[in-house]
Amino acid sequence: MIPSKSTRKVLLKSGRIIDPFSKKTFIGDILIENGKIAKIGEKIQSKGKDFNIVDCKGLIVTHGFCDIHAHFREPGREDKETLESGSYAALGGGFTQVCTMANTDPTIDSPEHIYYVVSKSSKLPIDIFPIGAVSKGLKGEDLTEMLLMQKNGAIAFSDDGMPIQNAQFMKLALTYAKMLNVPIMNHAEDIFLRNNGVMNASSTSNNLGLKGNTSLAEAVMVYRDLLLAQSLSSKLHLLHISTKETVELLKKFKNKNSPITAEVSPHHLFFIDEDVNKFDTMIKVAPPVRGKDDRKALIEGIKSGLIDCIATDHAPHTIEDKETTFNDAEFGMIGLESCFGAVNKVLVKENGMSLKSLIEKLTVNPRKVMSLEQNLFSIGCKAQITVLNPNEKWTFKNEHILSKSSNSPFLGKELIGRVKYVVSKNQFFSL
Amino acid sequence: MLKSKHLIGLEHFPTSDLNKIIDTSFKFKDILKTEDRKAILLKGKTIVNMFFENSTRTKISFSLAEKRLGADSINFSASTSSVKKGETLKDTVQNIESMKIDGAVIRHGDPGSALKLTEYIDGSVINAGDGSHEHPTQAILDMVTLKEKFGKINGLKIGIIGDILNSRVARSDIFALKKLGAEIVVCGPSTLLPSDAKKLGINITYNLNEVLKWCDAVIALRIQLERMHLGRIPSKREYHSEFGLTFERISKLKKDIVIMHPGPMNRGVEIDSKVADSDNAVILDQVLNGVASRMSILYLLLGEGGMK
Repeated sequence: MIPSKSTRKVLLKSGRIIDPFSKKTFIGDILIENGKIAKIGEKIQSKGKDFNIVDCKGLIVTHGFCDIHAHFREPGREDKETLESGSYAALGGGFTQVCTMANTDPTIDSPEHIYYVVSKSSKLPIDIFPIGAVSKGLKGEDLTEMLLMQKNGAIAFSDDGMPIQNAQFMKLALTYAKMLNVPIMNHAEDIFLRNNGVMNASSTSNNLGLKGNTSLAEAVMVYRDLLLAQSLSSKLHLLHISTKETVELLKKFKNKNSPITAEVSPHHLFFIDEDVNKFDTMIKVAPPVRGKDDRKALIEGIKSGLIDCIATDHAPHTIEDKETTFNDAEFGMIGLESCFGAVNKVLVKENGMSLKSLIEKLTVNPRKVMSLEQNLFSIGCKAQITVLNPNEKWTFKNEHILSKSSNSPFLGKELIGRVKYVVSKNQFFSL
Repeated sequence: MLKSKHLIGLEHFPTSDLNKIIDTSFKFKDILKTEDRKAILLKGKTIVNMFFENSTRTKISFSLAEKRLGADSINFSASTSSVKKGETLKDTVQNIESMKIDGAVIRHGDPGSALKLTEYIDGSVINAGDGSHEHPTQAILDMVTLKEKFGKINGLKIGIIGDILNSRVARSDIFALKKLGAEIVVCGPSTLLPSDAKKLGINITYNLNEVLKWCDAVIALRIQLERMHLGRIPSKREYHSEFGLTFERISKLKKDIVIMHPGPMNRGVEIDSKVADSDNAVILDQVLNGVASRMSILYLLLGEGGMK
């Protein structure tokens, strides 16, 4: 839990306000009354005693982050994460909205399951939007009741974790989702090319004697999906892209009007396959962290805008899931709490991206992919605000983890940039 | 006089022939209303009804039309014939042809089978449904029903709901309605709609309520439940909720619309019982009009009224 106060009257004072929607930056104050944006400007007066005045001098005040790809494990594996614990992990990372994946147990593949997640989340301190499964039981055979699921609150559809292998089924899914005007988010990995690989196919995997997963496993399916989406004019979102080939394909297919969007995860920007050198199971993830050139292409891709947004792919696992051999360990890592410190370090501090641009990739851009409200600093809007120090250096430790799980390769790493306060759902959180 | 010898499909069928068939249908309908119900106009003509695929309505309707016209008809169904023994369509048909027939009615699962038949026999061929291609006699009876109800077809607003992609009824209805000057909107799940709507000259929407508000008459198509397992629709429940002619939807309309269905109906899926049995529904009128239309078709193709 994080200490919180009410937002009856909160004044965020003298921060550097970055509004990624209007693209304006200025030093000023934000007044929040009863959980809503009441006033934005310079030197807002605070009369009366019941004001919570927060000194934001030297800090950035911006929209709450939005993560369009996280696994909260409820229902089924509440020992790893619940909707509630996931919410606090999100707040810890400055996220006020999270879209959760459908590969729980049972799968979120019916309107009733969507309703369960929506109603269980309604009182939590962040907005949770369930992503419904594309196929019943993630089997890639029968479409789910997408229309009814959308009516119950499904925000998009994905079989994440299980790549959709059958091209005809993918075509039908893209066609059906067109009625709903929401994206199909495919985990693009050809399972035959993946060939049971556990890490990137490279000299490192050779040296370690681990089975390699070729970058072509991703690129081949990405190419297929791009061709289908383009020909059907259906919305397609590429999940956790990891290879330079995918970035090249995006260049080829993406233009202003194309219905194609893509995300990259912090770990693919931060780590490379050589980091696996001590069989560190914490870095085992699907798709795997790739080579130097892939990482470079991803960094260039997110800087140029070819990749729309950053999404954590927060994937909690128990200690025993990771304290085993590399082959046996589960794929995935948590990512919400460490996200900003990791991507700010890599992109802004080491690769010359502007902070404003990075903030767009965490706020307006992911909301645009999901057609969520993007103009969060308009008067009367429900306050979703993240206040951060972009220059604070810190070492990511267990004590910073709010998730139920602690499977993070960022533990012990120095990160730059830290979230200090979050305003979400009528509450003010101080981290 | 008709310009056509066969009725294979409506896509290339002359509009004048179509109008003539429709108009003549009303004369036969009047006859069907008399006590005698007969018009012995095809005496001595032999017609073979070849049903390679199951049918209730169409088969009975043709048989009855032939009887009312005094024709000699013989029935052939694939399940009880040498087709089961592996005989080809060509051999089956030529054997029947050598027994001297004047006309053949064919229902077959493969598109193009009716057209193929015209190569093998000298008589007239009437398509009673060839796969997902066309079902022209159903479309004609639909036109007769619409004209009976509205007095005209030109300018009518017609919604067609359901599996447009695989429906021979939809295809023939669209061709007929276009020839006769109606406006058409088709509505159904995106996986069951044609991608080349513009070429067909029709509008497409996924919003059934909009169609119902707009149209004068709506044709609900049978949803083939086996399509569910081919991944094109997720469930009966979702189809019914989004594309079903539900009582709730129809009763919310501030006007009366004519409701049609070619049958057989999946009550509770594409149409609620309360709607199918309501005063707005002309589904049983369609059936009677089917006999009149087929009498008209047979008479005009095989009898005095036909091509010389």
